[in-house]
Amino acid sequence: MANSALTEAVYYILLSLTEPLHGYGIMQNVSQLSNGRVNLAAGTLYGAINTLLEKNWINALPGESDSRKKEYLITETGKQMLRSELARLNELIENGKRILDAQ
Amino acid sequence: MRTTIHKVFWVWNFDKEEKWLNEMAAKGLCLVSVGLFRYDFEECEPGEYQIRMQMLENRPNHPESQKYMEFLEGTNVEHVGSVLRWAYFRKKAADGAFEIFSDNESRVKYLTQVIRFIALLAFINLYIGAYNTYLAIIHDNVINYIGFVNIAISFFAAFGILKLMKKRNNLKKEGQVFE
Repeated sequence: MANSALTEAVYYILLSLTEPLHGYGIMQNVSQLSNGRVNLAAGTLYGAINTLLEKNWINALPGESDSRKKEYLITETGKQMLRSELARLNELIENGKRILDAQ
Repeated sequence: MRTTIHKVFWVWNFDKEEKWLNEMAAKGLCLVSVGLFRYDFEECEPGEYQIRMQMLENRPNHPESQKYMEFLEGTNVEHVGSVLRWAYFRKKAADGAFEIFSDNESRVKYLTQVIRFIALLAFINLYIGAYNTYLAIIHDNVINYIGFVNIAISFFAAFGILKLMKKRNNLKKEGQVFE
């Protein structure tokens, strides 16, 4: 799966979690980052958070058991995934520009 | 003032049920609690709330469901009540559009879960129905003809499942091009 694309939701969740945020904070941050284009629904976000925790791309910060307030933070593995996704996106953009600009 | 309405929806017609609940909310009658085929409303500002239903993966009082509903609460979603596995949620319209899922992948996964649940119900009904009909024929016992009702329900369920599968296929097709 190393060369697979991240979903838009996962990409923006990971970017958001370069600082500690709880679920609602992630939703607001993603909406802001994308100028209101990407609005994560709570069920989708909940599923994504659990998958990312399982993969150890994010961690839950200790000390809060209430899932309303529980905060999460990206791990080193998560950051690596973001970097390789960025490289992939750059490839897409460069190829797109090169070919379309020649048209 | 509280208004109670009794209404029956087939479980696979949850879209219709949700639409009806949202029409009520648009009229100023907001869902405050639910029971089996029973809906309690209270007056609210027309359009104040949006309603969504979700079939939970576990029963509503299961710790996993509690954790999930707690998470939803943190995003300003209120849990109105549950009937069996179905949870009813509402959120103020002022907080923005209310959806449970925002991408194709999670919608497809959810529909698969619902289809499996309804298929299980259909099989149980078919089994009970066939067994009762068998008893009715063997013993000529009129009461066992109730089995036809179960068989009929399982046929309706099969029809409902087909409808949901079509919906899921459309989402999957969409997913081949768009995320």
